Amino acid sequence: MKPKGWKEISLGGLVADAGSSVEYETGTWRSLRPVIDLERCTHCMICWIYCPDGAIQVKNSKVVGIDLKHCKGCGICANECPRKAITMVEESKANAEAAK
Amino acid sequence: MSETYAKSAVRALEGDMVVAEAMRQINPDVVAAYPITPQTEIVQTFSEFVADGRVDTEFIAVESEHAAMSACIGASAAGARAMTATCGAGLALMWEVLWCASGMRCPITMAVVNRSLSAPLNILTDQTDMMGARDAGWVQLFAENHQEVYDNALQAVRIAEHPDVLLPVMHGLAGFVLGHTLGRLEILPDDVAKQFVGQYKPSHSLLDINHPTTFGAYDHWDYFFEHKRQQWEGMNNALKVISEIGQEFGRLTGRYYGFVEPYMLDDADVAIVIIGSATGTAKVAADRMRANGIKAGVLKIRCFRPFPPQALADALKGRKAVAVMERSSCFGGETSPVSAEVCSALYQRSLPIKVVTYIYGLGGRDTVPDEFCQVYRDLLKIVDTGVAEPIFRYLALRDY
Repeated sequence: MKPKGWKEISLGGLVADAGSSVEYETGTWRSLRPVIDLERCTHCMICWIYCPDGAIQVKNSKVVGIDLKHCKGCGICANECPRKAITMVEESKANAEAAK
Repeated sequence: MSETYAKSAVRALEGDMVVAEAMRQINPDVVAAYPITPQTEIVQTFSEFVADGRVDTEFIAVESEHAAMSACIGASAAGARAMTATCGAGLALMWEVLWCASGMRCPITMAVVNRSLSAPLNILTDQTDMMGARDAGWVQLFAENHQEVYDNALQAVRIAEHPDVLLPVMHGLAGFVLGHTLGRLEILPDDVAKQFVGQYKPSHSLLDINHPTTFGAYDHWDYFFEHKRQQWEGMNNALKVISEIGQEFGRLTGRYYGFVEPYMLDDADVAIVIIGSATGTAKVAADRMRANGIKAGVLKIRCFRPFPPQALADALKGRKAVAVMERSSCFGGETSPVSAEVCSALYQRSLPIKVVTYIYGLGGRDTVPDEFCQVYRDLLKIVDTGVAEPIFRYLALRDY
């Protein structure tokens, strides 16, 4: 998303829409990316409970992935996962891996 | 001409009560103020208007000046016309929240009864309080006399709430000299004052539950700078708006306002640049010098933020030497807050005028006409010799 200029943004940082936090892509802050091994995951939901950003994506009571637009890379999920199914990977390496 | 102006009542009031009277006419939605020292009679008098039912204002007696400004910000975000008053140490305690008020673009107005800052302990007048807050994003007006206290109080609301400005405004009046002293002034009829000030129409309100809005949210490195740039734009726009409102006020009252006010300046060789209540004394000194054939003048700065460089340069153009009078404790610079602005305005326009700075009147010390006459004589010597040094001087200081 191209950042807006000072003439294009609300005066004084006023946020005129409710629930607009989702538009702020805090994923750009991340230096370490959580990568889930869904083969090891037992869907215990501990990562979902601990994630401070609600970034664990769940469908039909199953963990299906991580919302990388909003995950800040804090690593709490990886630390709490009892199965060690989540590893933190450097963004640059993860991007290189994804490019392959 | 005069019959076309609104018919005013002549009153004798203390400066603090002048502010309270203007606030009564404005009838703000919310006034939050700290009710004891260092507060002045402004809030005491206004709280009586509240108690007597003469205004509809919600009066919040808070526990500190920091809280007073915080409450005003909350009220302003809720869409209220919010006001307060403070002075000296009270303004210093507001420091952090002054920046929140301007950054959130809350058009709060506040009278500041100018006082020194301790230590040594002193509550008498100088402009150290407001000079300290000069970069806080507030428009700053200063009054010379009781009439200007009243006129600034009304205009401040219009300036602050103008959609091109939307910045808080503080208007200063000298502690004791104006604040606690009776003066003559003309007060507009209530309905005329109310009509001039008008209704505040906020663009957004915290209380509008149909359109939930967040004020004062966290701003990261990616947008903070852009939001600050908007504040510079508000200040730039104020340079136009303050003049327009000053002219509109003039058409109503016969008292026209701009950024600076020249006195005997057109043909002056030497001039004093000054802010606030001592301007009248400087004018007396100019008259005395004129009686002795010296072409002396005075330039009063009414609006310090935004600083009006062009108006100042236009007024000083052609003068040979200028003394900038500084009534604040402002340590460490080559000149002073006011003088630095004056020097910049002249330098950027390549005006070859000698400028010296005089610190004067700190902690309520009275400055008398003879002392301003000495300043004029110093300036004449600078013109004669071409030597301005020392450029930083102390007026009527026991230099031993």
